[in-house]
Amino acid sequence: MAEPLLSVRDLIVEFPTRRGTLRAIDRVSFDLKEGEVLGMVGESGAGKSITGAAIIGLIEPPGRIAGGEIWLRGERIDNLPMEKLRRIRGKRIGMVFQDPLTSLNPLYTVADQLIETIRTHLPISEKEARQRAVALLDRVGIPAAARRIDDYPHHFSGGMRQRVVIALALCAEPELVIADEPTTALDVSVQAQIIDVLKEICAERGAAVMLITHDMGVIAETADRVAVLYAGRLAEIGPVRDVIKQAEHPYTAGLMGSIPTLTQTSDRLVQIPGSMPRLNAIPQGCAFNPRCTRVFNRCRVERPDPIDRGDGRQVACWLHDPAEVRNG
Amino acid sequence: MADTLLQVQGLTRRFDVSKPWLNRVLERSERQFLTATADVSFDIRRGETFALVGESGSGKSTIAKMIVGLLEPSAGKIVFDGQQMDFQSGAAMRALRRRFQMIFQDPFASLNPRWHVGDIIAEPIRTFGLMRGAAVMKEVARLLDVVGLSATDAAKFPHEFSGGQRQRIAIARALSSRPEFIVCDEPTSALDVSVQAQILNLMRDLQDEFGLTYLLISHDLSVVRHMSNRIGVLYLGRLVEVADGKKLFTEPQHPYSRMLLDAVPDLELSGRRRRQVEGEIPNPISPPPGCAFHPRCPLAFDRCKLELPQPMPTPGGNAACFALGKPG
Repeated sequence: MAEPLLSVRDLIVEFPTRRGTLRAIDRVSFDLKEGEVLGMVGESGAGKSITGAAIIGLIEPPGRIAGGEIWLRGERIDNLPMEKLRRIRGKRIGMVFQDPLTSLNPLYTVADQLIETIRTHLPISEKEARQRAVALLDRVGIPAAARRIDDYPHHFSGGMRQRVVIALALCAEPELVIADEPTTALDVSVQAQIIDVLKEICAERGAAVMLITHDMGVIAETADRVAVLYAGRLAEIGPVRDVIKQAEHPYTAGLMGSIPTLTQTSDRLVQIPGSMPRLNAIPQGCAFNPRCTRVFNRCRVERPDPIDRGDGRQVACWLHDPAEVRNG
Repeated sequence: MADTLLQVQGLTRRFDVSKPWLNRVLERSERQFLTATADVSFDIRRGETFALVGESGSGKSTIAKMIVGLLEPSAGKIVFDGQQMDFQSGAAMRALRRRFQMIFQDPFASLNPRWHVGDIIAEPIRTFGLMRGAAVMKEVARLLDVVGLSATDAAKFPHEFSGGQRQRIAIARALSSRPEFIVCDEPTSALDVSVQAQILNLMRDLQDEFGLTYLLISHDLSVVRHMSNRIGVLYLGRLVEVADGKKLFTEPQHPYSRMLLDAVPDLELSGRRRRQVEGEIPNPISPPPGCAFHPRCPLAFDRCKLELPQPMPTPGGNAACFALGKPG
């Protein structure tokens, strides 16, 4: 089997506070193959963004990676010194953030920012870097790129700005792009355009994408596989089609049922009672057990680890433990 | 024909966005106006849910604010239960205000953090003098129970609640003056999907129980489809189409409605290919002449660039588009 591009093993991220240590990510493991699009979904506070930040080493102190390993193409990157990490960030891993206004510097033109980034990572002249930047802006769909490159970020609309951010993330030809809620701040009609651009360009350049979003619709249209996070733990991971059509984890099933769609016929939405636990009050056993409709004794005591079902899916639920299945 | 509760005719609101007087004199610039809503007419029948959808900047919230009397219209009239709203007369407005309430988007901003939940909910009861003494707190306890919280929550402060619970408090407050009509401005867009499902289900139950009429404002078409009987689609401050709930989704008439529907991500994985939409909403200070949608419209022809289309009857309501009446 080919070596995965990115491999996250038993990642633990902790935030020390005055009232004790909060565990925002608790033993999360997953792989990302070359050129693959992996969706990460979950509700707010589930740990989606923290997972992304941990991979590129942007966890804000005092938060820290307290355990586990992150491997990028066979090289361990979670314990690198700052200087080495900086060379990976931007060069090998690109990042697209949610709010395009805060991820661009308002005091520099788009050209300045693109050329600086390109020249930081690639040994080329300023003129070449500029040509490259124009070609890239053109590729992400900015009309009259050669002229608009000298504009400031505030000259662009929200959608256009997010295109610039995508160009910025891709300008050093990264192997992996982490897109954290890239379309959440945009209107639906523009959202579709941005998702298409991101997907096309990454496919064209062979870059893998980790797409972090709370919008299941965006994942359904874009991702190859999807990972569902709940309270900092992986609930389920598998091919997007299987997970959406037939969710195995009760949380995923509830989540899917609670989304109103354009074709549903029933009058009421499925609702999961309660809300996600706070990080300082995660229940014993399975984190989902107080809200789960299929809970049994073992769930309240023992925490289920992801169980590999052999068809590319992993489900962290005791209902799928072969021993439980046998016992009926 | 069901009876009409609210009638809106030719509602227009302009905002003065001119530069300060001195700058205008020195720079010889003209006064500038932003037309947030232009000539909007619709009626809402008793007991139904009427929804307004549109992208950001289309004037949804401006209409909501004018209907509840928080903003005075520049032109046009609002008739509530046969009585025209008179913004000049405080006493008349006050009498009407008890009969309609509003639920806002952000439950973190709409509740006073220094007040007990009980006082927040009791405020409308006291302001309108509906009850006195111990009866007020008894009513608060009843309302908390109605929205799925417990009577003991009245002594807590808003920060002790999650986003979904705060929205329940906001709903309890809206119900406390026994209104007939509630304007819901993006009631669930700050919430996670599983919590959104709880709130939407609650809103439907309350509608059945108290015979409420809703004006629902949302940018999320699947939420709108789930909740509403009739839908109005706004584009740049103008109502481009009004249609029966299901009709809009099966046979959208206006090209903009069609575009919005195409842009919704497909959760069913039916392989429906989205049509690419070009461009973004233009600047509302200088909207395009003629039909405001013509620069993005696939069906636009010469007349659209010159004349403003008027609403024409369609199978499910009406739509303002020249292409509809055009043979072939």
